[in-house]
Amino acid sequence: MTISRRTLLGTATAAAALPLVRPRAQSAPTIKIGVLNDMSGPYMNTGGPTSIVCAKQALEDFGVSGKGLNVEVINADHQNKPDLAVSIARQWFDRDGVDMLLDVPTSSVALAVQSVVREKNKVYLNSGAASSDLTGKACSPNFIHWTYDTYMLARSTGGAMVKAGGDSWYFLTADYAFGKQLQADTTALVQASGGKVAGYSTYPFPGTSDFSSFLVQAQSSGAKVLGLCNAGADTVNSIKQAREFGINQTMKVAALLMFVTDVHALGLDVSQGLNLTESFYWDLNDRTRAFTDRVKPKTPNNWPNMVHAGCYSATLHYLKTVADMGAAEAKKSGIATVARMKKMPVEDDCFGKTTIREDGRNLTNAYLFEVKKPSESKGPWDYFKLVATTPGDEAYRPLGEGHCEFIGKA
Amino acid sequence: MLMIFGIPGPLLFGQLLLGLINGAFYAMLSLGLAVIFGMLNIINFAHGALFMMGAFASWMLLQYAGIGYFPSLIVAPLIIGAFGVVLERTIISRLYHLDHLYGLLLTFGLALVIQGLFRNYYGSSGLPYRIPDILQGATNVGFMYLPNYRAWVVLAALVVCLATWAIIEKTPLGATLRAATENAPLVQAFGVNVPRVITLTYGGGVALAAFAGVLAAPIYSVNPNMGDNFINTVFAVVVIGGMGSIMGSIVTGFALGVIEGLTKVFYPQASATVVFLVMVIVLLTLPHGLFGRRA
Repeated sequence: MTISRRTLLGTATAAAALPLVRPRAQSAPTIKIGVLNDMSGPYMNTGGPTSIVCAKQALEDFGVSGKGLNVEVINADHQNKPDLAVSIARQWFDRDGVDMLLDVPTSSVALAVQSVVREKNKVYLNSGAASSDLTGKACSPNFIHWTYDTYMLARSTGGAMVKAGGDSWYFLTADYAFGKQLQADTTALVQASGGKVAGYSTYPFPGTSDFSSFLVQAQSSGAKVLGLCNAGADTVNSIKQAREFGINQTMKVAALLMFVTDVHALGLDVSQGLNLTESFYWDLNDRTRAFTDRVKPKTPNNWPNMVHAGCYSATLHYLKTVADMGAAEAKKSGIATVARMKKMPVEDDCFGKTTIREDGRNLTNAYLFEVKKPSESKGPWDYFKLVATTPGDEAYRPLGEGHCEFIGKA
Repeated sequence: MLMIFGIPGPLLFGQLLLGLINGAFYAMLSLGLAVIFGMLNIINFAHGALFMMGAFASWMLLQYAGIGYFPSLIVAPLIIGAFGVVLERTIISRLYHLDHLYGLLLTFGLALVIQGLFRNYYGSSGLPYRIPDILQGATNVGFMYLPNYRAWVVLAALVVCLATWAIIEKTPLGATLRAATENAPLVQAFGVNVPRVITLTYGGGVALAAFAGVLAAPIYSVNPNMGDNFINTVFAVVVIGGMGSIMGSIVTGFALGVIEGLTKVFYPQASATVVFLVMVIVLLTLPHGLFGRRA
């Protein structure tokens, strides 16, 4: 068979025109969810691939195909770099048609992305970052802070330490937005209850793995509590080294942000007795266990912590809202979608019933845990004993103290 | 209380000692790099990844084979050293006739591949490795509480560094090594198998990194990125000490550990950059490094 130039041209034109025709043939537009987190660095296990697994689990549990929705989940590694994250987000919104941005740990990154989402009028559901500024000074009507924040951690873990007699503190702080915010929130709490801060060391993040110098300085400060304002692998290393230098004999260690994944990395013989706060634990009740059983086969070496559970819960609620208002409508305006999300009742296996406040704060319960002794642990990942529960409406900073600018103006 | 520059004396002495401990790691790692660069003219960017593999090897030996810390101080470097030999024979040796830059790119790529593989299987939070019972606990040395394990690290590092230096500078084997790098065809004419000497040197340098990795395992969590935190500093150490100088890298390693330790007292935020500041100053005044020979 001979191919004439005309047939060739004709075929090429038809092929080029095909993508233009296809979208119209489909009934509903595709909703795109972009998971942006640390896929390779210190926060990979606390978020990373398991966050994606949990987001996809929400698609499965919601039954997107049965409800006539087309949903796609894509992801990228922001490497904890704000500039990189901003350019990925822009590309996602401008070129790839992403509608909802999910997870985004590392507060410096989370804060940087906030204005991009607002400018493009998309939806931003943050589970991984901690800074309470996200619903305070840097709040946005396109944004919901899903899982936890620095204020809630300071109040729950810090409050328990102060109550147990820890009235003088020394902070070991990661030198970026998150560490500083956590230190500020905890300092406020300690001072409000009559305690004092004996000093602090701010270390370069990322890239510090030896904390011995700071630990020795903390020890010589004479403070009763060592407050760790860091996360992930940094927390693991500082606790390990604090034990090595015998700090745990003279001071109480307060790991202000610590996940079940970190306890797994440390081992129970080093971490036993520590207090920490999460808003989700896999062994809390039948529903959390059922959820964990569903995702476990897909992430067998890294069980879900609260950030992962938050990605599931946020995605599920987003899908419910989209189904309720229609995909085409939801794609049009991020602000409208978020406003609708705040009005709809939130309920899922991970957090039970919660409400989303108008500044974008999802009011989850704060659970204070104590890490079990090796002898108390009955099976894999059996690490926590529940000590106290702070209900969602008391756990977070009161609305008025956040000074969120759009409250009352809408 | 004794005050030095407004800092309590005991605190300052404590930091000096801690600096020395970190310096021990810098010295061991930069020594391996210096040996490899001096003998093979390869800038081994995979050194951090091999250090990490050493730590993982000791963790795996314990986890899967029940082999404890002290045997793995010898076994792990042997395994990783053998891995290094395979790398050198199959991949790196093909680049000797090319510019340095190609070796640098190749080893950098190897490092990324190795780290990626480990990250894929073990995640990034790290795995626990216990300090051996006999080295548990700490001793009060007057001005601070010194963990026994850290004291052991300094001691072990010093012994290994000096032994390596002695082998290269003072034994017939070392003389052959040095001769082979100076004039390979001539040494080959004397009946020495030069490619094998080079392969073994690379294996030795890698084993040194793995040894440091085993020492580091109980201090840091065993995680795929652990080499990253060291490798940049260690390259700076090699440059400051003078590329390829054995004694230079040992002395500079310990000295920079101390400088870094002091920075952590006076201005902690700069502790990650101070080494590079020193590097800039040294390169501006002594382009061949503190101990380097003029070309």
